[in-house]
Amino acid sequence: MSYQNLRDEDEALFRPIYETDRSFYAVVIALTAIFLFGLGCYIHQLIYGLGATGMDEPVSWAFYIVDFVFFIGISHAGTLISAILRLSKAEWRRPITRMAEVITGIVLAIGGLHPIIDLGRPDRILHLFERGRLQSPLLWDLTSVTAYFTASTIYLYVPMIPDIALLRDRGGKLKNLYRILAWGYKGTPKQKHALERAINILMVMVIPIAISVHTIIAWIFGMTLQPGWHSTIFGPYFVVGAIYSGIAALVIVMLAFRKIYHFEDYLKEIHFQYLGTLLLVVALLWTYFTFNEYLTTFYGHEPAEMRVFLYKFTGGYAPFFWAMVFCNFLLPVVILSNKKLKKIPGILIASIGVVIGMWLERLIIIIPTLANPRLPYPTGMYIPSITEIGIAGAATSAFLLGFMGFSKLFPLISIWETKEGREHSVHEVSMRLREYLPGQLDKSGVEASVKAEL
Amino acid sequence: MPKYGMVIDLDKCTSCQACVTACKVENNVQIVSEDDAQNGRAMFWMKMLTMEFDGDYPNIRPKTLPRNCMQCDEPSCIKVCPVRATYLRDDGIVAQIYPQCIGCRYCMANCPYTVKVFNWDRQEQPAEVERTYNPDVSVRPKGIVEKCTFCIHRLQTASEKAKAEHRDLEPGDYVPACVEVCPVDAISFGDLDDRKSEVLKASRDYRAFGLLEELGTVPKVRYLNAKE
Repeated sequence: MSYQNLRDEDEALFRPIYETDRSFYAVVIALTAIFLFGLGCYIHQLIYGLGATGMDEPVSWAFYIVDFVFFIGISHAGTLISAILRLSKAEWRRPITRMAEVITGIVLAIGGLHPIIDLGRPDRILHLFERGRLQSPLLWDLTSVTAYFTASTIYLYVPMIPDIALLRDRGGKLKNLYRILAWGYKGTPKQKHALERAINILMVMVIPIAISVHTIIAWIFGMTLQPGWHSTIFGPYFVVGAIYSGIAALVIVMLAFRKIYHFEDYLKEIHFQYLGTLLLVVALLWTYFTFNEYLTTFYGHEPAEMRVFLYKFTGGYAPFFWAMVFCNFLLPVVILSNKKLKKIPGILIASIGVVIGMWLERLIIIIPTLANPRLPYPTGMYIPSITEIGIAGAATSAFLLGFMGFSKLFPLISIWETKEGREHSVHEVSMRLREYLPGQLDKSGVEASVKAEL
Repeated sequence: MPKYGMVIDLDKCTSCQACVTACKVENNVQIVSEDDAQNGRAMFWMKMLTMEFDGDYPNIRPKTLPRNCMQCDEPSCIKVCPVRATYLRDDGIVAQIYPQCIGCRYCMANCPYTVKVFNWDRQEQPAEVERTYNPDVSVRPKGIVEKCTFCIHRLQTASEKAKAEHRDLEPGDYVPACVEVCPVDAISFGDLDDRKSEVLKASRDYRAFGLLEELGTVPKVRYLNAKE
């Protein structure tokens, strides 16, 4: 592969790194303001204690834990989807994988901080390492989130090396940074082979890690004795929910940055339609799990379980519950199974619905159980304080800032993979297709027939 | 090794809440502001629970139950604690290590009795209260979880005293504050392994039951049903 002729062909992918609009700075300033406000809220909480939140006696876990589960769920967008698409040799993955992996890296860092924000004594965080009890699901969680963060950052970085080499060869801004990060990559066949092997190993490794992370987060709740939590289905249910919200978040981010950086030529409607189909499949899977979870509770009719159940269906949390059913089931299924509606605006609306719906789902799983203890305590409605809302705002803006910052340093769409797709995959895929067909048994025969056609 | 347990006779209990007050004073449990108390942050280690109401308004008879920590033999809180800030002692008491707690509140989420209380913040206590702090019990900082410990400091004092007098700890040497203060002797306390103890006899009464026993937590605090 020669790097010279890349310059003109995929110039659009380099442009965001070298040219910055004024509106970009405006957005950065606005987001930074939100972030600083949230930071101020956290400092306030550090000084005055968790009393600054809206949490109270039975509802002792609230917004932070909801956001924690939600953000870690979003992080499944990336690595898992990208690995599965790579593994299944889906050719349409090429412009998608990079963005998916970036989402994982950033969101995981933010989500992973939430349990620490939630601690009453963050100054004693090192006790987890000094005196950690491996019997506690929180320690499993600490382990798996760290493992996932490590694996997914490496999985983001390794396929980026050839692109960093391209940036290094162009010279100009941040030359030294690119030189260090490119790791001396020159695109020789040996290097390319090593790179591909590394990617293959990583993508196989990252899938079980990703699944374990959300299973373990589900176990934090599933391992307790509490009604509404103590459920064997929680592991897979959370994983499906995570993938669900992940795909939706990925679609939203892709559409936003396609618009901002004019990637229309790379991210075509067909990509979003494929992702839309994936979203529909996961939507139905999620509905199946939800139905399972609630039907068994209802049919068993255990009093403690039923109190939580009714609190969700008809009680204080009914508006949120039915909003979740609308956002997570009705809206996406109607839009995505209808050919006329399954266009870019429709897919965007469905995705926004799913992200909101999945946040509500986490809220509905966590709070009603705590708000309905087994013994008759007086309970009120949990209302988040400004501190909690401020920190949630800060987390969201930190994600956007991180993503925007990344787009100014590295290409958001993998340039070498696009190039590779253009140069090799067309040939390779037609070869592969022919191999599937009856009549042509050996590889050389296929090769010959392709050559004859060309 | 003794195994401490408690039996509360609901037939004798008059819901006077003397145990609730005595516990709060004995253990330096924080008095929170009125706002916080209204928001469900009032801190009680011993709490009077209204289980159900008998009769119609205005002739209501609430059925109450004094609830402290159940001191389970299979405690859910200990299982999930990530830093061993709570542990089961050989004498059966579920104890707390306050300097170890990181305030993750997982134990609160997992306790089926919702016994644990959290120091949401640390408020200025009235001067009279600060003057009468119990010197044997540490004052907890903000951001950690606490709960009833069967007045474990009294056990320490009592066993040291017994040691100084060169004798074994005898029944009655060590009783928690709630037991001592109960005006109708509704609470019996003692060693469940001692075959002659009053508490063992009471716990085997036909009226005896444990709260949410079916969960398998094996509570060492048991109740005697009220006679009709």
